[in-house]
Amino acid sequence: MITKMNHVSIYVLNQDSAYDFYVNKLGFKVHTDAAMGPGMRWLTVCPPEQPDLEITLMAITDGMMFTKETAEQMRNLVKKGTFGFGVFECDDIYATYEELKSKGVEFTKAPKEEFYGIEALLKDDSGNWFSLGQKK
Amino acid sequence: MENYPKIYLYRRIVQAKLFIDNNCSENIDLDNIADEAYFSKFHFIRQFKKIYGKTPHQYLSLVRIEKSMQLLRTETPVSEVCFSVGFESLSSFSGLFKRIVGLTPSAYQTQQLQIKAQILKTPLQFIPGCFAEKKGWTKKEQF
Repeated sequence: MITKMNHVSIYVLNQDSAYDFYVNKLGFKVHTDAAMGPGMRWLTVCPPEQPDLEITLMAITDGMMFTKETAEQMRNLVKKGTFGFGVFECDDIYATYEELKSKGVEFTKAPKEEFYGIEALLKDDSGNWFSLGQKK
Repeated sequence: MENYPKIYLYRRIVQAKLFIDNNCSENIDLDNIADEAYFSKFHFIRQFKKIYGKTPHQYLSLVRIEKSMQLLRTETPVSEVCFSVGFESLSSFSGLFKRIVGLTPSAYQTQQLQIKAQILKTPLQFIPGCFAEKKGWTKKEQF
């Protein structure tokens, strides 16, 4: 029986810049940051109150996981904002929105009351988008 | 685009919170923050708590402990960490740290430095096998 999800991957264009975005702007905690040889790094972060879910910030590089052509296609798709990777939750969406905006996070939708709760949409530094929600 | 309830109140409280984040190591006077945000002290504390679930003072202590955790993960000595994050005595720092983190600062530092050393020595222990394999990080080759 599956009990939990403990790793999930987000494909990013640049791990240094993704580190700055997820750690310094969103306030996520670094779980593992391991150098795996020249140009290779295993970097995972956790949402502040969810230490057992590691989000892997996966660099899109040519090599074992992607062919050169696939990596190029993937980078273009990410840049275009093709991928929505999930929903983040917060206690107070208006405060979170104001704080993240003042740290330079780009929002494509300001907080709005919907029938399912209050929702905003934000983009990471690569172009991936996320929903930010607060339960009613 | 932006039009939500209490927008101006939110902006002032969030700026006060960011001020605490950015200046937590200084000798912050919470009365001054309330003044800067154009609130009476009591109104400020009440609004801050409503949004963040903690009083500004409790929040400041928490930010200082979080910052101390970051510094302890480097090899900075405990006493240096204590004063550089804005505590005035080692005993109040250690007591609060233990209450929040569950370990003394020095036990936390030892634990974190061990994990760091372990990651350096055997990184594959920290990576799910399927990813390591896909990426060509296999034991035989490099680790």
